[in-house]
Amino acid sequence: MADTPFVHPYIPNSVPATKQAMLDELGLGSVEEIYAEIPDRLRFKGTLDIPPAILSERTLRKHVQGLLDKNTSSVEFMNFCGAGCWQHYVPAVVDEIINRAEFVSAYCGGDYSDLGKYLTRFEFNSMMGELLDYDAVANPIYDWGDVAGRSFRMARRITGRDKVLVPAHMSPMRLMEARTLCQPESMPTSTKIRFYEWDRETGMADLADLEAKLDDSYAAVYWENPTYLGTIEAESARIVELAHSVGALAIAGVDPITLGVLTPPGTLGADIACGDIQPLGMHMHAGGGCSGFIAFRDDGPVFAQECPLELYTVMETATPGQYAVGEAIAERTSYGSRDQGKDWVGTASGLWTIGAAVYMALMGPQGFKELGETCIARSHYAARRLAELPGVEVRLSPSFFKEFVVDFVGTGKTVAEVNKALLGHQIFGGKDLSAEFPELGQSALYCVTEYSDKDDIDELVSAVKEVTA
Amino acid sequence: MTLSPDQLKSAAAEKVAGLAKLRRDGGVLRDYRAPRWDEPFIMEQGTPGERGILVPLAEDGVTAEVGAAADYIPEGMARAAAPELPEMAQYQVMRHYLRYAQMTLGMDLGSDISEGTCTMKYSPKMHEELIRGHKAADLHPWQDEDTLQGLLEIVYATGQYLKAISGMDAFTLQPGGGSHAVYTNAAVMRRYFEARGELDQRTEMITTIFSHPCDAATPMVAGFKVITVMPDENGYPDLEAFRAAVSEKTVGCMITNPEDTGIYNPQIDKYVEILHDAGALAFTDQANANGILGYARARDAGFDACHFNLHKTFSSPHGCEGPATGAYMCTEKLAPYLPVPVVTKDGDRYHLDYDRPDSIGRVRGFLGNWMGVIRAYAWIRNLGPEGLKEVAEISVLNNNYLDNLLMAVKGVSRPYAEGHRRLDQVRYSLEQLKEDTGVGTEALRDRMVDFGIQSYWMSHHPWVVPEPFTPEPCETYSKADLDEWAAVIKKCSEEAYTDPQFVLDSPHAQPIDQMRRTEAMEDPDQWAFTWRKYKRRFKDKA
Repeated sequence: MADTPFVHPYIPNSVPATKQAMLDELGLGSVEEIYAEIPDRLRFKGTLDIPPAILSERTLRKHVQGLLDKNTSSVEFMNFCGAGCWQHYVPAVVDEIINRAEFVSAYCGGDYSDLGKYLTRFEFNSMMGELLDYDAVANPIYDWGDVAGRSFRMARRITGRDKVLVPAHMSPMRLMEARTLCQPESMPTSTKIRFYEWDRETGMADLADLEAKLDDSYAAVYWENPTYLGTIEAESARIVELAHSVGALAIAGVDPITLGVLTPPGTLGADIACGDIQPLGMHMHAGGGCSGFIAFRDDGPVFAQECPLELYTVMETATPGQYAVGEAIAERTSYGSRDQGKDWVGTASGLWTIGAAVYMALMGPQGFKELGETCIARSHYAARRLAELPGVEVRLSPSFFKEFVVDFVGTGKTVAEVNKALLGHQIFGGKDLSAEFPELGQSALYCVTEYSDKDDIDELVSAVKEVTA
Repeated sequence: MTLSPDQLKSAAAEKVAGLAKLRRDGGVLRDYRAPRWDEPFIMEQGTPGERGILVPLAEDGVTAEVGAAADYIPEGMARAAAPELPEMAQYQVMRHYLRYAQMTLGMDLGSDISEGTCTMKYSPKMHEELIRGHKAADLHPWQDEDTLQGLLEIVYATGQYLKAISGMDAFTLQPGGGSHAVYTNAAVMRRYFEARGELDQRTEMITTIFSHPCDAATPMVAGFKVITVMPDENGYPDLEAFRAAVSEKTVGCMITNPEDTGIYNPQIDKYVEILHDAGALAFTDQANANGILGYARARDAGFDACHFNLHKTFSSPHGCEGPATGAYMCTEKLAPYLPVPVVTKDGDRYHLDYDRPDSIGRVRGFLGNWMGVIRAYAWIRNLGPEGLKEVAEISVLNNNYLDNLLMAVKGVSRPYAEGHRRLDQVRYSLEQLKEDTGVGTEALRDRMVDFGIQSYWMSHHPWVVPEPFTPEPCETYSKADLDEWAAVIKKCSEEAYTDPQFVLDSPHAQPIDQMRRTEAMEDPDQWAFTWRKYKRRFKDKA
């Protein structure tokens, strides 16, 4: 085998004759002469500790698919878990478009050669602008927690103040990401995160506590709508008002799929909105479907100038009526100004922007409205039916979009036990909140979207009944 | 056979001149025309009442039980005016985006030797089939880990392979891109010194100007002052300037090698030594590791940490800039600070370990972009240790072969390190061409696409090399592909010398004509980040 040349379908020039011809044209005896650039003491001389090649495509596919088959998917089991990544139906046309080789393989190609990519990005920004009610939407990046942290930093730069107030029931995962971005408090450029309380009965913001804590040392007040625990924040407008009363910015964290039926953050007067576009047509991919957006009001240049993400603007061409798309004020990004720029940008989740554009165009205003109504109706139906079970209690406000808190304390079972037992019924139960929110007892965050129908919900209810009996 | 440099150059010049004709004239250039659909924005299309998709409605049994959804929306929280989204039937939506796809050359169509620093290699189609199946695409991140064992096994194994390739001890695949992994490093180093009580003292990170912008930007985000070392006359980071920058305030360095110039710094271990002597740490950005796979390992040069881009070196597609995966690798010393969760193995079972008190916390939600990991796993298994070395060897050979052709093109030069060969890529300059003809690198970029070749990457900012361009002909490309690419550059150079205005008016065969009114990109009174803004600003007034 050692004498057999390694010729691989992904490496055309590994054919020995080709390699030799190229070496000849370079006047080289071997590629080793090029690697002489790496001094001997820095050269790795062993064999990489990696298993031998599985060469044929058929064998490799069997091997990797065999590993993946050890997973159990949310198609095989019924899934009632959300908590930051949600199972909504993905229209076939979305997959058709994002699986196109042109989009899958494109990267940083230019304004002309990759025009369609830029046009789609601009359409994504424009349609998000309609959903959110903003004139300015930036090119998305990693995920919601990341853009929450970036929004805090953006508010700090805009206001010159170094503290933000966030709800104590902000998603703990998003909070962890934001904390990493905001730096340890001992650092001079840190953004300090402070908390305002939430009402344990309704799940909404504790406005009295917010009002008591808020003063003009804060750069921003952040809230989530719906909250991490599912409640629709009825006092959103009041939160904006309070923030503005001390010259702080109001930052909304929103799930965009709610916006066919819920008041958008722009209408509420929020200065910045952030959130995740995963619900807009992305498969969950174990969380890999996530992608964070930032939108903001555009009534003066300061927000755009402090926005850390790429912005695109409509451009004209030599032919009247023809449009192009150009990157606006690129100098402000890390690509333009390295460490003098606003945070950083990099390859993150571009394909999901295209998927979300297709999704929004397919759904239209009526699709978003109907989907919102279905999520609300089915999730409330599930909550009601679950609450009828002995020892099972639905906590917090009666007003939620798709997620709600179910407390199993009265059943004498822990969430972990309930969820393990539900696996036997081919069901993924809600996110266990007992460690994140011990004050909620043995609670789980359940999620019901349009993906699950009445039969699914009824099956869930009878399974929960059985495992909690 | 051995040729003198002059003989090589004239042979290459003759070859590339012959190639730089249209195919019908005996050359290799295509008579290409990009699709031009004259497609309106989707916001301008559709008819009120049309539907792109129907969604499930609540069943009668559901509404009988709960009543109207609107009753559950608190006062003031019900959307008053419907969003002005397109109302379009499904075929029309699909066709619109299919046309946009056609007007995107991407890599699969465009012979993407062009985008240096990006490692545009072939992404095997079989991998796409693997990740599109429900066993990968429809997994919920909070699923019981017993139901994610296949995924965890793939992640764990890929981590082991990357450890072998880098020589490091520990890994995380949580970062959602290369820059994100670089940021992870800044956060890990910060936590390391915080744990040692040295964060007040250590406030400065060192990088080099030929390292990626994220090596400067992410330590700034982490709260550090950034010192950027410039190249010496040979293109290496100035060793004396580097030494002078290191002090008891230094956190560490975040640098690439080879840098964007493709020049391997043979003294790289000396730089690391200087840092270690000062108690600082050393990270190397290995976004472009293609030329060194199996030939050099970050650990062997003394580095404490490094990263890889699975969407570059390890074949995951770039997807219009993501979803991407950054692999962050480090030594045992830094392992306690990795983000949670960490994937661990216990017998035959794989676990997600959240119980890591010294962790930096998180850089990304959930588990990361593991589609990229599945693809990287398949790719590494497909090539094995010998294949990975072959990837490096052919990348380096391809680069030097292309270099030979490009250096024979009038107006092209290759600054720095004369007499030294580059590894995976080269930063060239068109300064001479610009001086001679007025055609600079941007104009040439906009002309080359008319031959069906993706536009090249010029350089990150600032342009230390004047009028730069940076191709990276990785192992994917055949000798014929390299010949064609060089022929395009040769043809554009000829055009610049004979009819510069024609090049300056480029492009000529693209979906749109040359962009105008470019000042709109910088002017708050002209920019429009959304269609609604543009419409209000320019169309409604008309």
